[in-house]
Amino acid sequence: MIASFSRTPSYRLYPRKVRMNPASESLGPASANVPDQAGRYGPFGGRYVPETLTRALDELTVEYAKAKADPAFQAELDLLLQDFVGRPSPFYHAKRLSEKCGGAQIWLKREDVNHTGAHKINNTLGQALLTIRMGKQRVIAETGAGQHGVATATACAHFGIPCVIYMGEEDIRRQAPNVFSMKLLGAEVRPVTTGSRTLRDAINEAMRDWMSSVETTHYILGSVVGPHPFPQIVRDFQAVIGTEARVQSLARFGRLPDSVVACVGGGSNAAGMFYPFIEDTGVELVGVEAGGRSDDAGDHASPLSFGSPGVLHGSYSFVMQDEDGQTCDVHSVSAGLDYPGVGPEHSYWKATGRVRYTNCKDNDALDAFDALASCEGILPALESSHAIAAGMKVAAEKPADQIVVVCLSGRGDKDAAEIARLKEERQ
Amino acid sequence: MSSIDQVFAELRDAGRKAFIPFVTAGDPSLDVTAAVLKELSSRGGNVCELGIPYSDPIADGPVIQASYTRALDRKIKLSQILEMASKTTPQMTAPLVTMVSYAIILRHGPEEYLRTAKAAGVAGAIVPDLLVEESGDFAKLCQQHDFSLIQLVTPTTSRERAMRIAETSTGFIYYVSVAGITGERTEMPKDLLENVSWLRSQTKVPICIGFGVSQPEHVRTLKKVADGVIVGSAIVRRLSEIGAKPEAQVIAEVGDYAETLIAALNE
Repeated sequence: MIASFSRTPSYRLYPRKVRMNPASESLGPASANVPDQAGRYGPFGGRYVPETLTRALDELTVEYAKAKADPAFQAELDLLLQDFVGRPSPFYHAKRLSEKCGGAQIWLKREDVNHTGAHKINNTLGQALLTIRMGKQRVIAETGAGQHGVATATACAHFGIPCVIYMGEEDIRRQAPNVFSMKLLGAEVRPVTTGSRTLRDAINEAMRDWMSSVETTHYILGSVVGPHPFPQIVRDFQAVIGTEARVQSLARFGRLPDSVVACVGGGSNAAGMFYPFIEDTGVELVGVEAGGRSDDAGDHASPLSFGSPGVLHGSYSFVMQDEDGQTCDVHSVSAGLDYPGVGPEHSYWKATGRVRYTNCKDNDALDAFDALASCEGILPALESSHAIAAGMKVAAEKPADQIVVVCLSGRGDKDAAEIARLKEERQ
Repeated sequence: MSSIDQVFAELRDAGRKAFIPFVTAGDPSLDVTAAVLKELSSRGGNVCELGIPYSDPIADGPVIQASYTRALDRKIKLSQILEMASKTTPQMTAPLVTMVSYAIILRHGPEEYLRTAKAAGVAGAIVPDLLVEESGDFAKLCQQHDFSLIQLVTPTTSRERAMRIAETSTGFIYYVSVAGITGERTEMPKDLLENVSWLRSQTKVPICIGFGVSQPEHVRTLKKVADGVIVGSAIVRRLSEIGAKPEAQVIAEVGDYAETLIAALNE
């Protein structure tokens, strides 16, 4: 018997219809051969930044294309991913969690056991290598949950590059252990006190720094957002997740999984997980946004579910904006998902119908955290807990011989204190 | 010929340079903005730039960013700003241009934005996050509406690219003095004059220099190569003193400040 909770989803599985840009209505099936030269994923993406940044973005585009085609670059990165990060990351059958759901078998792609505790290191090592290739001497980065900040600080310590991390004051409070780690790794953490004092404002401040330091500094953007070529670079460096999961599935089951589930803030772990499966149309892909407290504007961080296309942080993508084009405040219990925009390729996957986007409420994520902790002995990051929650629902609706792979994008040690506080609040 | 083209043609004939002040719409209120625009126009401002507050202005330094935040905290809307503009532009001799993020233009729809701005007497737009590659369709629309699209050239712009920008820029070219964000600076970069003179020799479109310009000494240096100067943060900072000082006094001080710079520009 399928567990009863699967029949009454407490969050919207099928997002309400949004007004699409007319240009995107004629999109065919999703292609893996994106972006185009202009950095477009269908109508999404592009570059909406001040002229000052153009030269650096052009340089990065050219240098990245060279690096991608250079076997020595790829070999150096692969070796680091193996010896320094611990890749390939395990592919783990969550048996007791699957039993609890009473449906399909849940397998976890264990990005939480990577060095630094999340998928973010896959990207920062790649971009640190690019920094060196471009002859730049300083790195800046933004961080929300602090995972990207720690991963950047780690990559920079590894290569001996000075780095500055911008982090919103609110996130500094929520993610204190990561702030401490970044400092121990030699990074300078600059608190951001403007706007909502979260990830969005940290990106603004990092961009402002880059405006003045662009000649000497590389900006290691941490998600598949921002102006071209960042969404492509970050997706490609994170695609190791999906590529491994694909190989591991074939090795274990002799076939691909039925569903793949990942959480989406800016969307880097999901992009890396989904991209290698995009043309495997038999594999259902499910992206999970932060549903927050409610479906009301300001209570969630789900631009794909409730927003519409617009420009934020240099690209055209789904975003939470008011009728005047001002970015809305958003909310999520998870600092890493607390972002009003999303990567342009996710907008493309939504518009083509290739990925189904849903969202998960704060409380459901906290319940999923408990479920994974008690059934499997794994503390997931609050971000990843959203994927676990949705993965449990997807699994519950499927027969026992089906396979649902969930990207466990990070571990929850950083969240322990915040979860204890939230639990007290709930009681 | 647009009203901005006319201004520069007249200035050229008279052997004078353009003074272009910037104010944030709605900081501290739209009434003050209207009064300041009229003051700056009557004191000799040649084109006035009106900043449309935006929640995520990455090209702006702390002074303008803070003024945008203050204006948005008061829930200011584009419709209210354009309503103020429609009442104010008939009382100004200087054409009014908006500094506006493409996020805002896109949300309203480029055609709708142009129609309503034009109806409010606005003569052009500076869109700091719309690069020349992405600006084709919007530039065409602007031309159809006889609306100037003022594009930016920066110290990181290659010469080849600067030519391309100069070809599509109408009204004037906004030459950004530094690789960086807006805000007052004490010194102007050394190679600035050389780069602007080079561009000056390549195009007939007027070139005005902004970012960091705040002192008569800057203006004396820049007028040798530029057709005008743009002053923003220094004015916005003065206006933020309203409250601590009486409104009328601050507005008069801003007018005096503008006159000092205009005098230095035309010595």
